[in-house]
Amino acid sequence: MLDTSHKFPELPAAPGVGYKPQHFADILDNATPVEWLEIHAENYMGAGGRPLAQLRHLAERFAFSVHGVGLSIGGEMPLDEDHLARLKHLCDWLQPASFSEHLAWSTHDAHFLNDLLPLPYTDATLTRVANHIDQVQEVVGRQMLLENPSSYLAFEESTMEETEFLHQIAKRTGCGLLLDVNNIFVSATNLKLDPRAYVDAFPLHLVGEIHLGGHDEDEDDHGAPLLIDSHGREVADPVWTLLDYTLERSGPKPLLIEWDADVPDWPALSAEAMRATAALEKMPA
Amino acid sequence: MTVSQLKFHTALLDPNQPVPEGLSDGQGQPAGSRFAVYRNNVASSLTEALEISFPVIQKLIGEENFKKVSSVLLRQHPPKVPMLSQYGDEMPGFLEGFKPLEHIGYLPDVARLEQALRVSYHAADSTPIDPAELQALTPEEMAAARFDFAPSTILQRSPWPIHGIWVFNTEDGASQPPKAAQSVLVLRPEFDPMPHLLAEPAAVAMAALMRGEALSDANDAALKEDPSFDLGQLLGLLLGHGAITRIFTGEPT
Repeated sequence: MLDTSHKFPELPAAPGVGYKPQHFADILDNATPVEWLEIHAENYMGAGGRPLAQLRHLAERFAFSVHGVGLSIGGEMPLDEDHLARLKHLCDWLQPASFSEHLAWSTHDAHFLNDLLPLPYTDATLTRVANHIDQVQEVVGRQMLLENPSSYLAFEESTMEETEFLHQIAKRTGCGLLLDVNNIFVSATNLKLDPRAYVDAFPLHLVGEIHLGGHDEDEDDHGAPLLIDSHGREVADPVWTLLDYTLERSGPKPLLIEWDADVPDWPALSAEAMRATAALEKMPA
Repeated sequence: MTVSQLKFHTALLDPNQPVPEGLSDGQGQPAGSRFAVYRNNVASSLTEALEISFPVIQKLIGEENFKKVSSVLLRQHPPKVPMLSQYGDEMPGFLEGFKPLEHIGYLPDVARLEQALRVSYHAADSTPIDPAELQALTPEEMAAARFDFAPSTILQRSPWPIHGIWVFNTEDGASQPPKAAQSVLVLRPEFDPMPHLLAEPAAVAMAALMRGEALSDANDAALKEDPSFDLGQLLGLLLGHGAITRIFTGEPT
């Protein structure tokens, strides 16, 4: 176990970035304004080598968030206990300030599809997801944050709003929530909803972390805008505006810049983090 | 209409399947091409994972062909675990049975080498012995010595010139691969695994050592291949790359 948990018991309400190995030297040299780092858990489940060695160095100086992308919490089948054990192992070793996963499924019948697939918002899904989160929090031994998805379509069988669904899950399991503001904007555009109404309905007091990422623009069969949550560019201006709207209501939160595809050099990424600093600084004291 | 994950999953991996009913654009229209976003995400992200793991195969057959191979492979063998750094175990075997590429006989073994480099990269860390430990042994102890190797140490023997092919496709100005069988020893001194070419007798000795045979037996086996075999050269390579992690001088337990 790395003896770092006493240093960083929680994520600071400051900018963080999704960690990429190519930025290792830049971060050690001067990470300003970035104060914390998030890793995709599944990239650090090897037995050794450079990935874990880099984390050993960085964990001395930065709070970490372990963000799972492969647990398939919304899956219809039982959770993969081997994978859950790997997550526990990583969290026990790294002692991150935060641990989170997605409201999505990605594995079916032992096939991992490497995408965050959507769920219908029904009582049956609610019960299943809540049971899975109970199991995760018990095995990993810490509170989990659950992230709102980006949606490209809707299920006709859904009986409740996503905000209500997430609130119910948090009430039943005691998990916290991770609010991805870009995902709100993407889903609201794609499903013709009001993004501010989503923020208004969201239980902001349960939010432990906010995500910001870039999206691509496409069109559906009828020429309607279809945004794709690609994490491959700068955060769009209307997403920054929606962040301001959110922060006014939530108060300061840890803000993460996600840039996972076409990863830029460090100056471009830290420029995005600067915008996050500015968003926090302009909040009323 | 309930959309089961089985139905969703089947339609995701088979673009010829219709989009499941019960999915909409949120405004009452069928989801239609919106479903393709998920199909694209799955196919492109898994293809990208394979490209990262098999850059030399991609170079050998070209980007377009690699995408075609990936698109068949990822549907026949989706990842079994949610860790993309492990995805692609099936690539060598898949290439062996893939008719359009069977005329390029060396592809499966080159894929095995790329696989070995990746496994080595993620292997557990270990502490090498001090070379002085080996030098301090008496001749009798030396003859009976057996070794543990770093988990990142991988030997691959092939009827194809896999080392030459790998070097030719990764290093500028490298010479054409010879027409010969080659054995490769992957060693990872710290974090960066590298394939080292082993001559046949050295490969025979290394295989014996990795099976846990005594140094003198490994040496004898190599000398049978080539009476001029130099054990010191192999030991120098192993010590120089931190590959030996423990020496046993007693009887095997």
